[in-house]
Amino acid sequence: MILDKLESIKFQAEKDIEETKELSELEKLKVKYLGKKGELTQVLRGMGQISLEERPAVGKIANEVRDYITEIIDKQYEILKLSERSMQIKKEYIDVTLPGYKVNLGTIHPLNLILDEIKDIFRGLGYSVAEGPEIESDYYNFEALNFPKGHPARDMQDSFFITPEVLLRTHTSPVQVRVMEKTAPNIPVRIIAPGKVYRRDDDATHSPMFHQVEGLLIDEEVTLGDLKGTLLVFAKAMFGETVDIRMRPSFFPFTEPSAEVDISCVMCGGAGCRVCSGSGWLEILGSGMVHPRVLEMSGYDPEQVKGFAFGMGVERIAMLKYGINDLRLFFDNDLRFLKQFK
Amino acid sequence: MRVSLNWLKEYVTFDMDPQILAEKLTMSGIAVEAIEYPGKEIKGIYVGEVIEVIPHPNADKLSLCKVNVNEANQNLPIICGAPNVKKGQRVVVALPGATLPGDVKIKKAKIRGIESFGMICSGQELGMEEDLIPEEQRHGIIVLNDDAPLGADAKQLLGLEDVIFVLELTPNRSDCLSIVNVAKEIAALAGVKSRFPQFSLDEYLIDGDHQISVEINDTDLCERYVARVVSGIEIKDSPLWMQKRLQAAGMRPINNVVDVTNYVMLEMGQPLHAFDYDLLEGKKIIVRRAQENEEIITLDKKERQLNSEQLVIADTKRAIAIAGVMGGYNTEVENNTTTVIIESAYFNPTSVRKTSLELNLRSEASLRFEKGIDKNRVNLAADRAAYLLALLAGGKIEKGYVDNYPVKYNPIAIELRCRIVNSTIGLNLTADEIKKLLESIELTVEHKAGEVMTVFIPSHRLDLTKEIDLIEEIARLHGYNKIPNTLPRGSNNNVSRTKEQLVEKNVRAIMVASGFSEVITYSFLNVNHFDKLSIPKENTLREVVRIANPLSEDGAVMRTTMIPGLMDVMIKNINRKITSISIYELGKTYHPGEGVLPKEINRLALLVTGSQRKGWAWQNVDMDFYFAKGLLEELALRMGISFRFCPTTDNSTFHPGRQTQILLNNAVIGVLGELSPQILENYGVQQAACIAELDLDKVAGGYSPIISYQEIPRYPSIQRDLAILVKEEVNASQIEKIIDDKGKPLLNYYYLFDLYKGKQVPEGYKSLAFSLIYQSKDRTLTDEEVNDVHRIIQEGLITEIGARLR
Repeated sequence: MILDKLESIKFQAEKDIEETKELSELEKLKVKYLGKKGELTQVLRGMGQISLEERPAVGKIANEVRDYITEIIDKQYEILKLSERSMQIKKEYIDVTLPGYKVNLGTIHPLNLILDEIKDIFRGLGYSVAEGPEIESDYYNFEALNFPKGHPARDMQDSFFITPEVLLRTHTSPVQVRVMEKTAPNIPVRIIAPGKVYRRDDDATHSPMFHQVEGLLIDEEVTLGDLKGTLLVFAKAMFGETVDIRMRPSFFPFTEPSAEVDISCVMCGGAGCRVCSGSGWLEILGSGMVHPRVLEMSGYDPEQVKGFAFGMGVERIAMLKYGINDLRLFFDNDLRFLKQFK
Repeated sequence: MRVSLNWLKEYVTFDMDPQILAEKLTMSGIAVEAIEYPGKEIKGIYVGEVIEVIPHPNADKLSLCKVNVNEANQNLPIICGAPNVKKGQRVVVALPGATLPGDVKIKKAKIRGIESFGMICSGQELGMEEDLIPEEQRHGIIVLNDDAPLGADAKQLLGLEDVIFVLELTPNRSDCLSIVNVAKEIAALAGVKSRFPQFSLDEYLIDGDHQISVEINDTDLCERYVARVVSGIEIKDSPLWMQKRLQAAGMRPINNVVDVTNYVMLEMGQPLHAFDYDLLEGKKIIVRRAQENEEIITLDKKERQLNSEQLVIADTKRAIAIAGVMGGYNTEVENNTTTVIIESAYFNPTSVRKTSLELNLRSEASLRFEKGIDKNRVNLAADRAAYLLALLAGGKIEKGYVDNYPVKYNPIAIELRCRIVNSTIGLNLTADEIKKLLESIELTVEHKAGEVMTVFIPSHRLDLTKEIDLIEEIARLHGYNKIPNTLPRGSNNNVSRTKEQLVEKNVRAIMVASGFSEVITYSFLNVNHFDKLSIPKENTLREVVRIANPLSEDGAVMRTTMIPGLMDVMIKNINRKITSISIYELGKTYHPGEGVLPKEINRLALLVTGSQRKGWAWQNVDMDFYFAKGLLEELALRMGISFRFCPTTDNSTFHPGRQTQILLNNAVIGVLGELSPQILENYGVQQAACIAELDLDKVAGGYSPIISYQEIPRYPSIQRDLAILVKEEVNASQIEKIIDDKGKPLLNYYYLFDLYKGKQVPEGYKSLAFSLIYQSKDRTLTDEEVNDVHRIIQEGLITEIGARLR
């Protein structure tokens, strides 16, 4: 009698469990069959009515039925769980090819990007960044840099004057003088001086305002070879490891020996192309050993210390580095241009 | 300076490919800007003789010529369009098969029905610069001298088998404005010796009777004056070889006398002038300063008015030349001139430069004088010109000449220390090596022993006056690129950033993170911006630093505000259909100062207009007043400072109801506002825009970059929301002040999360909702104590500003 009942519970449970479609149904069945008030429990409560001899055998079968039902519930649970997860996943599909939410980052002006790079390179070489006024006296802009009185740069034609003695600085070199005056006779001096400069020129290849970076190093022992080595390190950091430099003798009133520095053409690698007019070289800066007269005027004894200085045009470097072919783009501030420099 | 290779070879013998020579010159400091091969494209041109010219039967402007060239080409019919073609002329003939510049190929051709076997060439057709062709041949064919050998290769004869080096000289190397001196440089590079032009006057000297005297009144401006008289001259064209050399150098042949003076100038670097002796009044040359407003007509037939600082050459009656700049029309050498005075002089460089600038008259002569010339060569150049005039113009050189030399050349000797040479360049040269390098450029070196040598400088190297000048010579002759690359030794600097630099770096990072694009605008502006921005007449922004010589009104004054630059950028971009703009600029403004130099202030300025696009998922954000303000608040936070915003109504650039001052520690450091409708109208802008401008130097003054960690609260916080209804004219700052005051000390922070006007809010009122977060550092707050504080805040709002709770 009891055994029949157990058999029928087992049969019914098997069928019920197999037919479940959702976890909640299965949960209900679990209570129905195995719960405290479940069918199986009810049956086991009736054990008292059977004889003592039969009890162990019936008990064993009852336990087997319980284990079996537990097992198939667990199995069905796994099956239903899996199918439910896959339904959920199907429902939660998104079009991953839609664009992501826009991050509105701004841009730094390309000239300042280049300036930042230059500053980083020279900071790494132990240079600090110095600044000076953009409106300068004739003394700092010319006189203290050994420009003779009749020098063409001192003409009204080439520079913007405020008064005969005050002008918009035509280069960043006056900062050299200011730093030397402040530091002399102490050494070392290692500075770069970035900033705006002004010349009285406005055409396709000249802007009345542009940017330069000046460099100055003064120490006990400094050579032209040190200048060359330093500029090579700079050129490689700026334009890549494969870049080479060369120095051509030149003339600047405030340096001697003076040199114009070329880098191997960044476009053709030195083979000769349109950008370098076939020469394989591109002029990027002027440099030289600080003229003894300049050292002297700024309070150093040229017999005790030496120095080198260099100056580069930031626009020129930006044009080479970014492949910009029109100087005027820098000051036109077309957002379609500016936003390219991410 | 344009230098012909053929001409150079007269003074230095070397064998080097032109490309390599150019490279070597460039790398030794004489930059070769370009190499020209004038005859590169020319092939198959010969000297021919025109033996018959008859009009073309079918064309008015053409002639039918018969030309003899060589055995194989006799009686060659050639059609010619040149007006100057004549029977008997020696001409340049391009035979069929010849090629000319511009990829022209000469073929047998039928022109208006008649066969033509080649072409008689003009200068232009051979690629010559029009300006350099003698005037009478400019609109026709080249006419050669009668002695041009028939059938000869005309390319050779015309100097087209040449190479021209275009030199770009640095100001210190003006000595190379002379072929002879360029030859010295090349000799040093090739390891050979150069030659000086060899000539002797002896066979042309006569005891002439053309007297001449020279009086120098102003020896400060004229340190040497040589005058030579050459008589019996026949004015004609100079020989072809000389013409060709002048053309190669970029000068137009005129006649034999003028050409000789130019030739010697190019050769020796000494500018010369020839006066017609017969036109010289009193047969006396007086070198003197001009009288104030003295007038002279120069060779270019222009009348010039002089001042009393300008030097003239005069005779007893009048000025006959502006010294070193240009000769006078009154004593010009003409076709009937027979006797000339050759002037060779040394004029003060600065004086010549000033005069030529003042008169806006630059010449090849002034170019050389103003850089300084070789004072020791003045007499040699006069002799050289006299010799060439004798040779080419049939002149006789009068024995008597004047060499008035009041300020003698002072030879220079320089002590040179080998140790300094090496420690400056970074080399280990021996004294012998140094000596050899210096001697290669004709310096005389005296070196006995030890490390000091004495170097004697030749008179043409005016740029060598100090030890360092010699060190530069040694470096460049040794070769810059053979110097080993090294890095400086010695200690480093302090490389930390200044406060100002840190502020700049931070500002840039925040602006970029907030979606702003950086712009750079010119530091000068047009004053009309002040009116367009309605800046009151007495406002300090109108106190400007004015540029004395601006390029145009658009750059007449230095900016005192960054706003005009940003306005221009906005307008330009709106015109390009970019209407959502968020830009900033870091730069200076300039203000008249108390000292010699104006005051410069570092500023940050920003402009926003339109909306920030968030893409497809979110709503766009208007870039309005609050957008800009939020950015400034964050900016302050990042600098460890806080801005106070103080509403104003009187800044006429901005909307009276939408403007505020920005204060830092109670000092006004900037403004923020929406442009007033009037300003938008003035600039023709159709959309609202907000601008902020602040003084970054003042920001840097308060900048405190130290971040100090605050302990994370250990006890829970309790949040209470507060929604109130207030009259519209009640400012947020009034409400905040009450919350601040009453909330102490348990109120940790609060924020506005909603602002609403409209439905359910009575007319003239607005609804604000705040979240208030209460928290204590040392205990868990109870509901009761929070409720107490919250109620006090509510009561404060009700009684002080008439708020109604919602």
